[in-house]
Amino acid sequence: MAKVPVQFTLNGAEKAEFIDSGTTLLHALRDKIGDTSPKGGCHQGTCGACSVIIDGELRLSCLTLAETCNGATIATTTGLAEGGVLHPLQCAFLDAFATQCGFCTPGMIMAAKVLLDQTPNPSREDVVEALSGNICRCTGYEPIIQAVLSAARSNSQNAA
Amino acid sequence: MELRKSYFADQRKDDLHEIGQPRPRSDSPGHVTGKTAYFADRNFPGMLHLKMVRSPHHHARIRSIDTSEAEKHPGVVKVLTAKDVPHNVYTILILIQIGPEDETVLADGKVRWKGEAVVAVLAETERAAQEAAARVKVDYEVLPAVFDMDEALKPGAPIVNEYHGRNYYLYDSGECRKVRFGDVEAGFTGADHVLEQTYQSSPIEHAPTETTGCIVAPEGNGRFTCYTNTQAMFFTLDNASIILQMPGNKLHFVGGTVGGGFGGKVDVIVEPIAILGAKTTGRPVCFIYSREEEMQISSPRAAEKVVIKDGVMNDGRIVARKVTGYTDAGAYSRHSPYGAQKGAGHYPGPYTIPNVWIDTYCVYTNRTPSSAMRGFGVTIGDFALEVQMDKLARLIGMDPLEFRFINAYRDGDIKAHRQPTEGAALIECMQEASRAANWPVAEKFMAMSSYAKGV
Repeated sequence: MAKVPVQFTLNGAEKAEFIDSGTTLLHALRDKIGDTSPKGGCHQGTCGACSVIIDGELRLSCLTLAETCNGATIATTTGLAEGGVLHPLQCAFLDAFATQCGFCTPGMIMAAKVLLDQTPNPSREDVVEALSGNICRCTGYEPIIQAVLSAARSNSQNAA
Repeated sequence: MELRKSYFADQRKDDLHEIGQPRPRSDSPGHVTGKTAYFADRNFPGMLHLKMVRSPHHHARIRSIDTSEAEKHPGVVKVLTAKDVPHNVYTILILIQIGPEDETVLADGKVRWKGEAVVAVLAETERAAQEAAARVKVDYEVLPAVFDMDEALKPGAPIVNEYHGRNYYLYDSGECRKVRFGDVEAGFTGADHVLEQTYQSSPIEHAPTETTGCIVAPEGNGRFTCYTNTQAMFFTLDNASIILQMPGNKLHFVGGTVGGGFGGKVDVIVEPIAILGAKTTGRPVCFIYSREEEMQISSPRAAEKVVIKDGVMNDGRIVARKVTGYTDAGAYSRHSPYGAQKGAGHYPGPYTIPNVWIDTYCVYTNRTPSSAMRGFGVTIGDFALEVQMDKLARLIGMDPLEFRFINAYRDGDIKAHRQPTEGAALIECMQEASRAANWPVAEKFMAMSSYAKGV
């Protein structure tokens, strides 16, 4: 099968790959580039475990064709910690016991990051709405909501 | 939340200093950084993908299987059928002497539920495996199927599983697990009221976010490393060893990181066939359920039917309880004979009743095999028991919580299965629940204790 070149920025680094046409971004990230933080839970856009940030917007990488990402800037949970220092959202998830099996966690954190980037002081309703596309089958939603609210509070304290 | 250290203080040697103290989870840093390695977070050069051809029928004889077109499909490396599996008929709990072996790794001559694995196709890509699987031709003769436990137990019902020869599991105690305590019929005769009710549940799918699967890599030393999300490493290792007729030292299982299981990943389904694929091709093999397979193929919690008959006195004492429980195993045993047995031990619930009769049946039907899920064997029973308790309380015009205090088991009480009660805390839990829910009960119940008789 003819290969298609794709080139994008992933967590600040330039990436270029030849892929089969029709390859999803999820497959390209996991199997080609080796960033396995986005997870494949349903491959049909319903569980949110594959969530990544493309040009500042939350996207389901299992429904995004890699070849449509040429020139894009992509962020995943792998790139969130800077210089070994955890992002406030990561700290909040740790402190609030917001992980159980952990499979939904990278997608949850991506969804939460887009929310806080766009709405630094979200209400509880904002958080629930922002996470509504991400399924946690361990049903640990309440600690996750609390973690996001707590990260927002610590962000605004740091800014003040 | 408040921790009441006053309860059972004289029975404890420590000061509970760890309880109520937050301790970081050791796996959380991996989760929040995306570094936790689930089985599928591995990629081996030359890895093949395995897809199953599954039965479209609930019950059918297999007249013939034609894999020739699938084998010719571009990218296909290997096609496996029943004859390729060294020990094709197995049952998970044979390791603890719960037989007979009753389930095929790949169907041989017959399918007993819709979705049963018939042929395994290994190909260079997931897509090629999927396309080739669709080209396997299986000629079926459809047989009458039975989906309901009552129907399955009727004389003349279609036999679901010939390895059992009857549509129920034969325990050493006979057609069901039995508990006999006191004289239940005399209890009903002397009771002020008798209430019989039937409770039923449907199968429940765990739906973990990470689907069931494994990756197997052949090693240079003749061993096979199996990266798996099983919840039952040793059951899987031992059953794979039996199915593949391969000594355990040839198999290296790596796991423990599970993206949600809830009991749904304790069956031994994907690993043996993936190891066989790796052995026959010499290449790494990935077998991972699609979301559709996870929902339709992986075993759910069993459907259950529970018939409870109680004799109760106007003063609140339950004097007789008869329970007949039915567990729908689906087409194969897996963990269900054990689940039904657990139910027998669990009834009559956390209550002290002088006359008890329990029968629990493990029934075979042409439904998806059921298996473990969070408290399987007792959870549906508890739902039935507690609804029954509310109905009994209403029947005699008593507060439902006070009714439970009257019947609660306490240390020293002999349970129906004849083990003495030890370490009971039901009364104390109900006292706390009474306070927390602002559901007051009479002072005498708040003064009761699980280990001091006298009220």
